[in-house]
Formats: sequence, C-alpha cells, structure tokens
Amino acid sequence: MEAFVRQVAVLLAKDVLVELRAGELIYATLLFSAIVVLLFSFAFLGGSPPTIEVTAGVLWVGLALAGMLGISRSFEREREADTLRALLLSPVSRAALYLAKMLGICLLMIAVCCVVLPALGLLFGLHIERIGLLLGLLALGILGFAAVAALFGASLGRARVRELLLPLLVYPLTVPVLLAGTRGTYAVLYGTEQSLLDAARWLRFLLVFDATALLCGLWLFEPMTAQE
Amino acid sequence: MSVRRWPTTGLLLLLGLSAAGLMTAPHLILAAPAESTMGFVQRIFYFHVPSAWLAMLGAFTCGGASALFLFRGSERADHIAHAAAELTVLFGLCTIVTGPLWARKAWGVFWQWDVRLTTTLLLWIIFVTYLFARRYGGPGGRQLAAGLALFGAADVPLIYVSVSIWRTIHPKTTVVSTLDPGMRPAFWVSMLTFTVLFLALLHLRLGLEAARARYEALYLEAQDTGLLDE
Repeated sequence: MEAFVRQVAVLLAKDVLVELRAGELIYATLLFSAIVVLLFSFAFLGGSPPTIEVTAGVLWVGLALAGMLGISRSFEREREADTLRALLLSPVSRAALYLAKMLGICLLMIAVCCVVLPALGLLFGLHIERIGLLLGLLALGILGFAAVAALFGASLGRARVRELLLPLLVYPLTVPVLLAGTRGTYAVLYGTEQSLLDAARWLRFLLVFDATALLCGLWLFEPMTAQE
Repeated sequence: MSVRRWPTTGLLLLLGLSAAGLMTAPHLILAAPAESTMGFVQRIFYFHVPSAWLAMLGAFTCGGASALFLFRGSERADHIAHAAAELTVLFGLCTIVTGPLWARKAWGVFWQWDVRLTTTLLLWIIFVTYLFARRYGGPGGRQLAAGLALFGAADVPLIYVSVSIWRTIHPKTTVVSTLDPGMRPAFWVSMLTFTVLFLALLHLRLGLEAARARYEALYLEAQDTGLLDE
C-alpha cells in the first residue's frame, strides 16, 4: 500500500516537474480559460445583469472547455516523446499510473478554477455566500471529469484523429457532471433554504458519479491501454 | 476456415417471423381502442416503446460484448458489439423521432429537459460516438470504443429507473402493466415483432462482419504467399 502511494506520488511529481520546466501547457490553459469567460461575457452581457443561471452555466462550461484543452495537450506531449509507452512498460502498477494522471488533471483544472472564479466575479458579478458548498461541488465535479478524461486520454494510444476523438469521448460521458455542477451551483447561488437542500442532493449525485467513474477507470485502464 | 451456407435456416426463420409480424401489427394497432385524451396520436406508443426497449437491449448487448472483447480479446464479441451499437443508433433514432411527435400532442412541446429524455439522448450520442471512434479511430479505436460502450451500458439502468427516482413528466414504466386489455395484443405483437427484427438484423450484420474478417485474413494470407505481388 505504501509502495503504491509512493508510486502515485512519484508519477504525479514527475508530471508537475515537467510542466513547471516547460510551462507552456499551464499558461496556455489559464489564458484560454480567461478568454472563454470573456467570450461568454460578450455573448451574454448586453446591458442587463446576467441571471445566476447563466453564471452557473458559464462556470462549468468554461471549466470543461479549458480543462479539455490542457488535457489533450498533456497527453499529446506524452505521445510525441513516446513517454506514455515507457511508463506503461515500466514496472509500476497501472492503477498507480491512472491515479497519477487523474490527479494531474485535477491540479490543472483547479488552476483553471482559480482563473475562472475571479473572472466571473469581475465580469458576471458572481457573489458567493456559501463558498464551502460551491467548492465541494467544484471539487467533486473536477474529480469526476478527471476520472473519465484520464482513462480515455491515456488510452488514445495509436488511434487516429486523437485530438478530435478525446472531446467527443469525454464530453458525452461527463454530461452528468456538467448537469449536476450547473444545477448545484445555481441552487447554491439562489441561496434559499430549499435550494440549498437541492444543492446537497446534487453533491450526493456527484459523489455517486465519481465513485462509479473512478471504479470504471481503475477497472478499464489496464485493458484499454494494452496496445494491439 | 469453413464457409457456412448462407442464408442460414435461423436467419430465414427470423426474417419470416418479422415479416409476418410487420404485416399483422398495423392491423392490430388500428383495431386497438383509441385513447380518450390523446386520440390517434397515442398509437405512436406501439412504435415508440419497442424502439426504446431495443435501443436499451442493443446498448446492453454492446456493453457486455465490449467487456468480453476488452478482457478476453474475443474477436467475435467485438463483432457483436459493433453490430449491436449500430442497432442501438438505429432504434435510438426511431425512439427520439417518435417521442417528440407524441410529446407535441401530449405536452404541447417537442422537447422537454426531462431526466428520461436527457438520458436517452445521451445514450444515443454515446453510441453515435462509438461508431465514430470505430470508423475513424484507426488501430486503437476499437479499445476506446469498447470503453465508451461500457459507460453507455451503465446509462441504461439509469434511463429505466429515471422515471421512478426523479419527478418527470414522461409516463412511468408501470404504464405497460396497467395497459387497457384491448391494447395488449397490439402492444405485445409490436414488441415481439421488433425484437425478432432486431435479432434478424443482428444476425445479418454479424454475417457481414464475419465475411469481412475472413476476407481480411485471406488477403493477408495471399500477401504472405506473394500472390499479390505482380
């Protein structure tokens, strides 16, 4: 168990270190997430203040769009240098590799959140009273998204049209995350007693989704990354 | 590699049964009593429910076969998965085309963001993506598609129970068990006919897939022995 945790930590540290030295991915993703929010503000803000429904939607769609950009780039980089194959050949457990990739994606998306949330505050007048609930929704949403994206990102392997396929595969499967996230955020922002109960229900829904996606990921990672 | 006689008796039987069913079902549907509030449009029900059931059956078959392919590497399971996915897309399309026609009359709108409608649409999109991944994914596309199919199959139980868990406007599953006795023959003949048709199409598609695999094997063999060189 201890060895397993250390494997995950080493793999994650490797990804973080590579990124810190290269820097391209994180800056591009953060810039892109700011641009996405800006684009949404041009699309939705025509004088009248935006409804909280719009704000909740922009938060999650922005997160999904910017996250996907970073995720597909990170796996493309692995493939260019053939490092993913080296990792698959090395004597680390596939589960550790999957978890490390997933946590890496989580870190990237947390960084995206750090840009999108203030930008929403600035441009959309986002004002949060129950920050804890919102952070809970975001954390679970990111986890669910990463659990699916890591599985399919790592299994792209030799597939053609990779950069086209990844969003096509990941977005439909993470619709429940986006749905629960948006509805939950809307309920948090609405802020009445009844809607907070609703938000808690979406939080539980995300928990169930995350557990399912993680189990599926751990179960399918090995056969799906096996090259023909 | 033995060459099987084609068409097989099983296929002929399935095709005959579905042809007979398709000829009888419209008469039974017309003979069934009209529903008091919906009138004639309610008869879409005899088409819509069987399509939905087969889309779910197809998704389930595809998921199970994909699991066999991923974990056992069974080629035949992969063929079954591919054929079932195509049928899921086909019958899913029937479901999401007939549904809105019914909804326009019942709810006044074509589409409602209701849990069952959303999950069904999601199922359809997942299997369209499945076909896309297989068609354009190249060498690694089969594994990706198989993984996708397993997630798609997990959506099926969700669709089925969605009407019981969430408050939705879609009719509940109990509608079948509480059906008016006069409507039962039409409904069950439709269900049976569609299911036999599904099996016949699956059988046809599998035959095609087997022929293609045999062709590829022969081609490779011919290449190895140098027959294709000149």
